[in-house]
Amino acid sequence: MDRPARMKFPIPQEELMYSGHTACPGCGAALAMRYVFKALGPNTMVVIPPSCAGTIAGAFPSSSLKIPTLRISFETAAISASGIRAALDVMGKKDIQVLAWAGDGGTLDIGIQALSAAAERNDNIIYVCYDNEAYMNTGIQRSSATPEGAWTTTTPVPFTKDTPKKDIVRIMAAHKIPYIATASVGFPPDLIKKVQKAKEVVGTRFLLVFSPCPTGWRYSSEMTIHIAKLATETGIFPLYEVENGDKYRLNRRGWKAESLKEYFSLQGRYRSLKEQDIDKAKERVAKEWAYLLRLAE
Amino acid sequence: MKKVISANQAVSQAVLAARAQVIAAYPITPQSTIVEMLASFCAQGDLQAKFINVESEHSAMAACIAAASVGARTFTATSSQGLALMHEMLHYASGLRFPIVMANVNRALGSPFNLKADLSDSLSQRDTGWLQFYCESGQEVFDTIIQSFKISEQILLPIMVNLEGFILSHTYEIVDIPEQDRIDAFLPRPAERPILDVEDPSMMGATTDLYINFRYKMHQAMEEAKAVCQKVDGEFRAIFGRGYDLIQTYRCTGADIILVTAGTIAGTCRVVADRLAAQGLKVGVLKIKLFRPFPKELLCQALADAKKIAVIDRDFSPGCGGILAQELKSALLGSKPDISVHEFIAGLGGKDVTDDDISWIVEQAMKAREPGGIKWIGLLE
Repeated sequence: MDRPARMKFPIPQEELMYSGHTACPGCGAALAMRYVFKALGPNTMVVIPPSCAGTIAGAFPSSSLKIPTLRISFETAAISASGIRAALDVMGKKDIQVLAWAGDGGTLDIGIQALSAAAERNDNIIYVCYDNEAYMNTGIQRSSATPEGAWTTTTPVPFTKDTPKKDIVRIMAAHKIPYIATASVGFPPDLIKKVQKAKEVVGTRFLLVFSPCPTGWRYSSEMTIHIAKLATETGIFPLYEVENGDKYRLNRRGWKAESLKEYFSLQGRYRSLKEQDIDKAKERVAKEWAYLLRLAE
Repeated sequence: MKKVISANQAVSQAVLAARAQVIAAYPITPQSTIVEMLASFCAQGDLQAKFINVESEHSAMAACIAAASVGARTFTATSSQGLALMHEMLHYASGLRFPIVMANVNRALGSPFNLKADLSDSLSQRDTGWLQFYCESGQEVFDTIIQSFKISEQILLPIMVNLEGFILSHTYEIVDIPEQDRIDAFLPRPAERPILDVEDPSMMGATTDLYINFRYKMHQAMEEAKAVCQKVDGEFRAIFGRGYDLIQTYRCTGADIILVTAGTIAGTCRVVADRLAAQGLKVGVLKIKLFRPFPKELLCQALADAKKIAVIDRDFSPGCGGILAQELKSALLGSKPDISVHEFIAGLGGKDVTDDDISWIVEQAMKAREPGGIKWIGLLE
């Protein structure tokens, strides 16, 4: 699916993000936003809680976004989208898509209460969590999406994170919402396709988009796509969909254990990992894969 | 039509009459009956609104803010802990300059746990940029909610209408609910204001170094709000024959002492004032209806000839005292620096403030040459 020859869903030409936004070079989150906006089109409104995305969106009176944007508080991405949805519905503007755009901290940590509630109500919104596995906007602090063994400024060596990343997809699946997908900036056609698919679904739609962060992960900015691809190829970040909470579909089968070492060694945040930690990571990925395969049977 | 309803029901009836479009709510005693009734109006189709059952008051306010961002008329209701949980979003609502109306049924804040009336919940939100009204009857509650939608949509600031838990919220009284067409004439669809629109994309709530300018604009809007509140109250009076003013004075002219308070205690004060007048003691009563913006000029004017003032606070700022007393003293500093203001804390956590309590307050204040610190009423010895 990552080879242009097989692309069934060309990336829309229309740009809904202006150039000159304030993301770092090589920012995965900015790419993710650009792709998702392209896939949704201009008849969209977005809410953004504090995050790198909020910063990327620009400072008053400028904006890097060509769709109406509400910058709202950290915990409220989901309910703000729901509030806009409710108002648009009652005012007869049902064709506008309402997007909540939040980072992993804003989703898995502080925003999970409102997100869970919106999902439980099956509010008709699209929620995208761009996942860069820590609080990057505030300076690389640990979130519950930070993987085991990763350095952050609040999990300094030798006290790197000692628990696994929270599995937000499984949590969202437990809400039995109509559509969930994981996607990655390493695989744009797949990402676009999933957003377009989500657009056709009514109800709560949740996407987790893998968005590498050169600044926070401590790698050279030209490596973003390579690292994103590696994350999926090694099984660290599998691409799959879940419909109605129980219908799992893997978009890519198989994982390369032998590339895990490269994945970790490319990123300064994993500098303190020992050989045995990488072996442990392999075991963890193998277990997760086996579980996913069972779900997808 | 005249109905015998509770003040909470008066809130719901007013929101129905105002044709709110998005209502987000989370239950909390003693507020819950307001949103139960609104849910029922929506379910029966009487009110063409989206009712969102949120998971917290924080989300209730966030939902109202978001709905307001695209132009909907929004409402929520809360009490006490719920208001405290909303605190962050109260700032967002006013900072975004959205018209939102909320009823707050005053209840004591924990801990210790207490379900009953206490104004500290809302008064401690005084710096959040919301207008605050305090009511003393079901009719005043109904009328103030209707007026608030109009005021809020004119000045683009949110409004909190406060009513004391149980004492007022659950008291049944006759409330006159005007015909819908008269309400519609008074409160038409909101005028155009800046909203999010896919035809003309913009960003609201963005980062800015012009923060101080935004705050100054809010200050100006608050100052203008006093005149707008008076104007809207005047229009309301012209149509419905009832009005409330921003402060209400009773027997204040030539009074030996003026009692200053907010909410339902004012009613008891008037009864005592009548009784003492028969005995030859001139007691005036001044009720503060609008607390934010603080009607400083009106208060200074009304108290220009006051010989003595006693403030009764059903609220308390630890380490400072009664909040109304502090605000009033600050307001009088320029015009009446020598006036003695006697301060009383009463009725916290829903404790009854009886006519005997008010008489005792008058007696204490009259015999004291100088205010002798804050006096607490109703402590268990």
